[in-house]
Amino acid sequence: MITVSQTLENVRDSSAKEVVSQCIERIEASKFNTFITVAKESAPEAAKKSKNIKGSLAGVPIAIKDNISTKGIRTTCASGILGGYVPPYDAHVIERLKEAGAVIVGKVNMDEFAMGTSTETSHYGPTLNPWDIKRVPGGSSGGSAATVAAGEVPLALGSDTGGSVRCPASFCGVVGLKPTYGVISRYGLISYANSLEQIGPIASNVADMTHLFNVVAGHDPRDSTSVPGEKDYTNALVDDVEGLTIGVPKEYFGEGIDQAVEKSVRDSVHRLEDLGASWQEVEMPHTKYALAAYYVIAMSEASSNLARFDGMRYGLRLEKDHDWHTTYSEIRSQGFGEEVKRRILLGTYALSAGYMDKYYLKALKVRTLIKQDFERALKSTDVLIAPTMPTPAFKLGEKISDPLTLYMADVNTVPVNLSGVPSVSLPCGFSNGLPIGLQIMGKHFDEETIIRTAYTFEQNTEFHTKAPEVA
Amino acid sequence: MITTKDVEHIGWLARLKMEEEQLEGYADQLNSVLDYFGQLDEVDTREVEPTYHVLEMNNVFRDDKITDCLTRDEAIGNAPKTQDGYFKAPRII
Amino acid sequence: MREESLKLRPYLDEVGVMIGLEIHVQLNKLNTKIFCGCPLDYHDDGPNTHTCPVCLGLPGSLPVINRKAVEYSIKVGLALGCSIEEHTQFYRKNYYYPDLPKGFQITQYDYPIASKGYINIEGEDGEVRIRINRAHMEEDPGRLLHEGGSIERSKYTLIDYNRSGVALLEIVTEPDIRSPKEARRFLDKLRNILEYLDVVDTTLEGSMRVDANISLSGGSRSEVKNISSHKGAERALLFEIVRQKNLLRRGGKVVQETRHFDEARGVTVSLRTKEEAHDYRYFPEADLVPLKVADLAPGIAKTLPELPDARRQRFISQYGVTDDHAKSLTSEKQVADFYEQVATEVDPKLAAVWIADVLKGELNYRNLGIDAFAGANMVQLVKLLAWDKITEQSGVEVIRTILDEGGTPDDVVAAKGLLKAGGDLVTAAVEEAITENPQAVEDYRSGKQEAVNFLMGQVMKKTKGRADAKEVREMIIQRV
Repeated sequence: MITVSQTLENVRDSSAKEVVSQCIERIEASKFNTFITVAKESAPEAAKKSKNIKGSLAGVPIAIKDNISTKGIRTTCASGILGGYVPPYDAHVIERLKEAGAVIVGKVNMDEFAMGTSTETSHYGPTLNPWDIKRVPGGSSGGSAATVAAGEVPLALGSDTGGSVRCPASFCGVVGLKPTYGVISRYGLISYANSLEQIGPIASNVADMTHLFNVVAGHDPRDSTSVPGEKDYTNALVDDVEGLTIGVPKEYFGEGIDQAVEKSVRDSVHRLEDLGASWQEVEMPHTKYALAAYYVIAMSEASSNLARFDGMRYGLRLEKDHDWHTTYSEIRSQGFGEEVKRRILLGTYALSAGYMDKYYLKALKVRTLIKQDFERALKSTDVLIAPTMPTPAFKLGEKISDPLTLYMADVNTVPVNLSGVPSVSLPCGFSNGLPIGLQIMGKHFDEETIIRTAYTFEQNTEFHTKAPEVA
Repeated sequence: MITTKDVEHIGWLARLKMEEEQLEGYADQLNSVLDYFGQLDEVDTREVEPTYHVLEMNNVFRDDKITDCLTRDEAIGNAPKTQDGYFKAPRII
Repeated sequence: MREESLKLRPYLDEVGVMIGLEIHVQLNKLNTKIFCGCPLDYHDDGPNTHTCPVCLGLPGSLPVINRKAVEYSIKVGLALGCSIEEHTQFYRKNYYYPDLPKGFQITQYDYPIASKGYINIEGEDGEVRIRINRAHMEEDPGRLLHEGGSIERSKYTLIDYNRSGVALLEIVTEPDIRSPKEARRFLDKLRNILEYLDVVDTTLEGSMRVDANISLSGGSRSEVKNISSHKGAERALLFEIVRQKNLLRRGGKVVQETRHFDEARGVTVSLRTKEEAHDYRYFPEADLVPLKVADLAPGIAKTLPELPDARRQRFISQYGVTDDHAKSLTSEKQVADFYEQVATEVDPKLAAVWIADVLKGELNYRNLGIDAFAGANMVQLVKLLAWDKITEQSGVEVIRTILDEGGTPDDVVAAKGLLKAGGDLVTAAVEEAITENPQAVEDYRSGKQEAVNFLMGQVMKKTKGRADAKEVREMIIQRV
């Protein structure tokens, strides 16, 4: 894997243009189907311009999940329905990256509209896990995590609606953060479930992830849910957990958890204890309802968020028109993949007359209870630690045929989105050569403490130095 | 239990065209997921307020100030069908 | 309290008409749209020239609400006697139409910004109170052009999103309106109030659009959409009453449905199909945060201008004009402003008569607004009349001439020789008329009062109308 400091050094020694062109060569030679669109024209130009930019990421290549709007670069959400859509505007995070001198080298693969846990629902075919090409990279930001793990780029942005940054970070052995809701502007993030999702940084190590986070986080007046203020998160890169109290929620080690995963995570807690932290078991009794509540809310919101894809202003349009409603239905039937359609149908049902209270409203109430679980657990502790995923990466095709089984894989990641708290996933072990992810969750707006905990763990362990053989 | 007739109705509400032979398959899939959602019924939420926003924010405004528009070319540039600067949609009825 | 004081009115006739209106008011005096910074000055520009990612519904764009749109809405709410709610928020109304770029409309549902108000209007049976259920904010959709004729016959549809995202305030009445004429009066009164508030330019196309619900004798109601003028509202409702009456007379049943008003043909057309059965799936818009703006209301209340009803009362007490004149003068803000400008310089009662009874009629006849007549001209004219320099008949002629040819009252009076004839001239004309018409004199003496009128006519002819009729009459009676 490549680090930011190494990349900046390479830029200094040769040039940004050289660094970017090598990066594009690696991407084009990739065996993992990580990219949907490579910015072969705009990236070298941006690299040239980055010489004059004083930003912290001047000349550093970055991969962007394909549900983030990039002016002049095709944006597909890995769906057939967006056809050849080339946005006329940049997402807020893209503007910030450009100001910092980062070079967007292209758009990476994902589950269609971020609906999935494996990057298998992409219209552009699945991304493969660089640690084992027979396995999934996780999802939905599978392309973002896999391209970093494969050493193609040092940095990537993903988005996390129910674990979509942390899951692939865990499966690919990289570091990914889901910030507190409202910390990174969603302006330009193509909505799947807008009350749950955040853009998140992905990198090969905690420090790089934090540098990227520092660039993209901050207030944006174009997002009503963006919180005011700016912080320097790099101040949290401190190797010290003395006095830190860790909560270990027992519900996150439930049925179906892989033995090796449980052992690695518990060992990690002990390692942090050795470094000066203390830990206690905590109870989060509503965790088992999180999955159902999450899917009801996410699907309901999705059914509305995806209504705009009608082929009038952009995206797929069929040759022959009929009347409006028939035309609209046909475009959607052809343009959306199976999982997307399933979620739209379920979400439409959950919001429809007579079922709204039973499903949608009920889920929002359960969401309140889950939020309260977090508030209670984090009252006596500073961070919560649990496995990101109950297992290492599963095999391609293993779960895709049964939606419910696939949904179950998100059991440990969705509560974080329901409650809005920040959470980071970083490598903490291996099982049969496959990485295991450690999830550190914190209080609202306390990214600093989870970053400090993650950084301390990383500084005192070797897991982040391992990389897959990609040659 | 969702019947194939329900699926047809939801399909219409969602404007997803479905073939007759797909209805049963969808009904099975939706039922298995809705079954799972049914576990929410176990939770006592009588005294619980719903959470619409995780952050308790209010009154976020912008000023009544003009910002740049897209040019017409940018606005309609992605449209598959246009005419004289308009987007072209099918007839309504 | 307001509820109690309201007497529900008996049906006006056996048909039992109940009409409720939903008025979509464009807050077009804002600089920008409701959720984005696109300007509203698109009326003279080509299609799709005033759009951005937000109002085009491009993937990833997000709404942020215009503070001033909220303030304007509170202002209107207060002027309609509504309470401003402590907590107000936005919802998504999910339906699919090509003018709706996101596939849902951001609107309000359970928590509208203002509720429970009223407007008093001149009803069929005296002054009545029409209750307002609520006023809520929402975004305007784009504009559709049905190419190749009407919506039923067009081959395809063209979309212009310049209008998409303009702030709308939807004002919803209770079904308290009892006739198409009352509906029109309500709309006129509402427009008048909105003009006083200076939140909407009602001269712009589409600035007030009306949907009307109408039922007879408690039967099912139909909803008529696409009404774009107050006159149109009256016509559409008249058509509906006749249609529903005929249907009932023939033993049919009114079905609850949405009908489209075809302004050109003056008819309402059913657009209902099986698929039309709506399920809007309203749910909260998480991209916008709730508003807690009730505390803004007292401050905004202080900025409220004097409203038509209050101004009318003041005209009566301050200027001593009649209630009818006060009503007529305040029914349009510009007319009231015009009147007050004139009334400060001349006899306010005389000014009221000449503006309300004469000028307004002449303007209406010519389809002109009050701005077609300069205030200074009215001042000059009223002075001429007050000083008895011209007759009332000449006064009317002066107004007509100015409207048709321009000029000032002094110009017109000079050019047409309208200065009132002097005493000698009139006396001479009376003498002449009596000498020339002995039969008429005889008739009068034998008790035929009409004979005076004939003699007066003769005098007027001789003086070319410049004599004062009352004076002439007295002179004739005295003389014979």
